[in-house]
Amino acid sequence: MIENIIYLILFAMLFATAIAIVRIDQLFPVVILSGVFSLLSALLFVTLDAVDVAFTEAAVGAGISTVLMLGTIALTRPVDRKPERRSFLPLMIVTIVGLTLIYGTLDMPSFGDINAPAQAYLYPEFFAQSPKDIDVPNVVTAILASYRGFDTLGEVVVVFTAGIGVLLLLSGLSLRKDDGGEE
Amino acid sequence: MIHHHLILRVVTKLVVGAIMLFAFYVQFHGDFSPGGGFQAGVIMAVAFIIYGIVFGLKTVKEVLPPWFVHKLVAAGVLIYAGTGVYAMMMGFDFLDYDALQPNYPVGGQHWGLLLVEFGVGVTVTGVMIAIYYAFAGRVPRIKDEWW
Repeated sequence: MIENIIYLILFAMLFATAIAIVRIDQLFPVVILSGVFSLLSALLFVTLDAVDVAFTEAAVGAGISTVLMLGTIALTRPVDRKPERRSFLPLMIVTIVGLTLIYGTLDMPSFGDINAPAQAYLYPEFFAQSPKDIDVPNVVTAILASYRGFDTLGEVVVVFTAGIGVLLLLSGLSLRKDDGGEE
Repeated sequence: MIHHHLILRVVTKLVVGAIMLFAFYVQFHGDFSPGGGFQAGVIMAVAFIIYGIVFGLKTVKEVLPPWFVHKLVAAGVLIYAGTGVYAMMMGFDFLDYDALQPNYPVGGQHWGLLLVEFGVGVTVTGVMIAIYYAFAGRVPRIKDEWW
């Protein structure tokens, strides 16, 4: 019961933050509000007992991306520019995509369903085997790094590639600046 | 160098050490509590980023030079993949951590988790700081002449 009230409050606050982000023209408050949005979703993950995910969301969503967005604002303009004419095409696309996503969730098992595919296969084995095989209290780490070690290697390579990509795109420009700028 | 408010500078200097310590805690205690390489890497990067925000990009680049950050980015992936290759050389499957201590597989798994999470943490720290350097070091506008 009390959990449902917490969910309701958190979702209401998430909704309010999202509306505020859309409504505000000044981009500085928008960036701060997106950090608030991340922190609120981190709280939601904590209530859902997904502390590892909540941790990541708080660190990456509220921490790093806020800093990077602020850095981006410093490079561009701090005010959102209003379009000259209102067009209904974007609204239509957003509505259609939103409805499609909602339609997609209809097939998903309901929250906490014990017969959900995610609960029924593999994970019971992981939970049963992990004390014998790996014997660490945090089963999330055991699954992430050992049972799914190959996937995690892939994730690290993705992070690596993203870093290299940003370096190639942005550092090249600053190098030219160091050369004197005018060529 | 940027001169922010005195209180901001003093508090930053106090907090940076605590953030790094917390990052190490999250890194090496990840087997027992929430957290692991990804989170620890981000927290460690935040320590440097907050230092850069308050004391200026030039100062933080003296503390942690960009060439070293670039090495970190690659080193983490190498540590992770290297653990797997070592297991292969010992005659086990790729990333089968039993190879690290064949007579006591559970201990081998513990070593494997530690090494692999360390690799993740190193790469994530490097990438986050590298992205911050790249963003913060950019000049405000792209001039036409550069293209």
